[in-house]
Amino acid sequence: MWSILASSTTQWVLASTMILGIAAGMVGCLAYWKKQSLMSDALAHAALPGVIIAFLLLQEKNLLILIIGAAISALMGAFLIQLIQSTTRITEDTAMGMILSIFFGAGLMLLTLVNRTAGGNQSGLDNFIFGQAAAMVKSDVITMLMLAVIVIIVLFLGFKEWKIYLFDPQFAKGIGLSIRGMNFLYTGVLVTTIVIGIQAVGVILIAALLIIPSVSARYWTQSFKWMLIISACIGGLSGAIGTYISALGSGWPTGPFIVLVAGVFFTISLIFGKEKGIVSNYIQFKIQRKQLVNKQISLDHKG
Amino acid sequence: MTYTAWIIITACLVGLTCGLIGVFLILRRMAMMADAISHTVLLGIVVAFIITRELSGPHMLVGAILVGLLTAVLVQWLNSLEIENHASIGIVFTTLFAIGVILIATSVGNAHLDVQHALMGEITFIPWNTVNLPMIGSIPEATAILFLVLIIVVFMILAFYKEWKITSFDPALAASIGIPVVLMHYVFMSLVSVTTVAAFDAVGAIMVVAMLITPAASAYLWTDKLSIMLLLSGTFGVVSAITGYYIAAWIDTSISGSMAFATGIVFLISFIGSPKHGLFAKFIPNVTDNKALNEKSTR
Amino acid sequence: MAESVIKVKELSAAYRKNTVLENVDFSVEKGSLTGIVGPNGAGKSTLIKTMLQLHPSLSGTVDFMGLPFKQAKKYIGYVPQRGSVDWDFPTNALDVVTMGLYGKIGWLKLPTRMHKEKAFHALKKMGMEDYADRQISQLSGGQQQRVFLARALVQDADIYFMDEPLAGVDAATERAIMTILKELKANGKTVMVVHHDLQTVEEYFDHVLLLNRTVMNHGKTTETFTKDNVAKTYGGNMRWMGEEKQYVVHTGK
Repeated sequence: MWSILASSTTQWVLASTMILGIAAGMVGCLAYWKKQSLMSDALAHAALPGVIIAFLLLQEKNLLILIIGAAISALMGAFLIQLIQSTTRITEDTAMGMILSIFFGAGLMLLTLVNRTAGGNQSGLDNFIFGQAAAMVKSDVITMLMLAVIVIIVLFLGFKEWKIYLFDPQFAKGIGLSIRGMNFLYTGVLVTTIVIGIQAVGVILIAALLIIPSVSARYWTQSFKWMLIISACIGGLSGAIGTYISALGSGWPTGPFIVLVAGVFFTISLIFGKEKGIVSNYIQFKIQRKQLVNKQISLDHKG
Repeated sequence: MTYTAWIIITACLVGLTCGLIGVFLILRRMAMMADAISHTVLLGIVVAFIITRELSGPHMLVGAILVGLLTAVLVQWLNSLEIENHASIGIVFTTLFAIGVILIATSVGNAHLDVQHALMGEITFIPWNTVNLPMIGSIPEATAILFLVLIIVVFMILAFYKEWKITSFDPALAASIGIPVVLMHYVFMSLVSVTTVAAFDAVGAIMVVAMLITPAASAYLWTDKLSIMLLLSGTFGVVSAITGYYIAAWIDTSISGSMAFATGIVFLISFIGSPKHGLFAKFIPNVTDNKALNEKSTR
Repeated sequence: MAESVIKVKELSAAYRKNTVLENVDFSVEKGSLTGIVGPNGAGKSTLIKTMLQLHPSLSGTVDFMGLPFKQAKKYIGYVPQRGSVDWDFPTNALDVVTMGLYGKIGWLKLPTRMHKEKAFHALKKMGMEDYADRQISQLSGGQQQRVFLARALVQDADIYFMDEPLAGVDAATERAIMTILKELKANGKTVMVVHHDLQTVEEYFDHVLLLNRTVMNHGKTTETFTKDNVAKTYGGNMRWMGEEKQYVVHTGK
């Protein structure tokens, strides 16, 4: 069992999914407070055609180029969602569902074309759907690591700006923070995290890595700082443990295992979480009821 | 009937059924719920397969309904625990979907169940898998199931038309005059689940979302009447299905992918050209429409 | 003393952990027009929703004409807040009014011409007959509110609950609505209205229920709507400006 860990590629891959998990956990907190959890899902699906087009143009699988293609396509998706909901009476969730599925459909058309061309089948582009961390080569890992670290640094350096931006945009504006700039930066880190994740986790499930850790973290703390830290930890652990488990079987997809581990963390948080967890809620409810009964008894005495 | 004819008929049935259900999906603001159910239905199919060890239509339908309802119940439950709707949906469907994929990749390992197939759909295989029905003769199984689901959907919409309308528009009033709003919600979720699973073979989990939402959203831009919106949406679904098939045949690519793409074309045309809510109408000054715009901004 | 048609006993309700209503006790006379008044977050809407079982109650009982809600349902009409529905819904004014009859039409049946005529008549009463075919998003706020009122009228109920029907409407609509409310009262219907404008309470309502998480005062407007009682309800966060009837309310912000 430990032999898997001893292999140096596995170590690299493990490190990269862990860093990815950390970045996603942190960015997920921003998306959570922007109430845009599902937006990450839409953007991830919308990235697929970009990946394939980038491959078609260059005819080689260079992760950085594919990531740029994915980012352009995801940003286009974001723009269209915004355009549709601001110019028509169609609501945001409908617009997201449309863009998500139409872009994915277009991506699939292109993917089928690529797979039919000679050697296309070996391109490994199929892995972008479910993620196959084991298929990553060292240069991929380095690209991923670097981008993830940049995202983490951006979040870390701007911590207090992010905080005001999320909680009180009006106030942020008042003290001279450019909301436009922050929106731009937010979309930037969100899209970057999504696109670096699709190689390892896949377009379908990457959203989970943004959503689940941040919601789980809510169960342990009330402070934004700790929410970021805990969410990063849960994301990082899910990434690492999930990748490790998927390496145990041959051809096991990475993404689903990472999501499953995150799901377990969520369940634990939901039940035992210090803040509003089911157990702690139940205890509080008991206490409240006892107080209410006591109050009523004393009232009855008076009456 | 010829091979191509069966494929086109199947595609049209998908377009029509999804188009009808989709109208209520977007009016109830549950588009992303459809996305969620279309993913989790995979788990239902896998579990049905593990239990019965066969890939038969009825088992899959039952499995799909159960998991579809489970998704709806879990989302509702997380909502009641103070998790916001968007986050609840995101958590539930990704986790259940991941479990489905893992079950396929690890234990089932059967040639018949293949993730790629479930996600992308393989409409070209449909005519090979036929059943013999009394009176009608031999027809593809998936087509027969789709036809059955279409009948159920049409019946449910027509029979409870005014109830769907009022529970979608004003659930509070509906509840106050004694219409079982919660029951209707779960019945609706079941309809979405059976539609999804019936369309699964043909278009797969993700493209079914396109078929569900996009024709309805396009129809929403053309009309202000529910009954016309239903007719339009069904028509758009059929048109997208046929167009998609021919695009795919023309450039030789994934049929389901190009069906989703075709719904996008229909939407684009509506988005630009619709006389009421399209881009053209917005930018050509029109006295009667200004009011509608003002209204939207105050809402 | 007239018979009481609504009896509320020890009603309490909560949103998640926060109790918003506690020990609410009151009864309402037949044929009265009651304004429910209180500061923001006092639980005015929640009170109505809880009474109509649209929101779960923690404890207490409500009965209407001696019947529990389930059996009294058909005698009750409810007008929700205008903002509670999606006005982009593909339907027209007449159709919305017809919805008020859905409960009476019954399952598996469609509205007949008679139902449509009834709905049209109600629209006419609200001065909205010219707008029957209008898509509802193309109506102004006041017109939308009149459509809601018309919908309540077709229900032909004995008891009406209205949640802020006068919020954000034009003066003409306000007058039209008040005429209808007084007419309902004259016909022996009982009406409870959530109201936010202290200036007009005395003019509009014969009874007032001052609410702030529990009933602060309830009774005839002339006796109950006093400076002291109102100040008590608003927690003293209120200043009296100039003449007796100029109130400025500071809700804790």
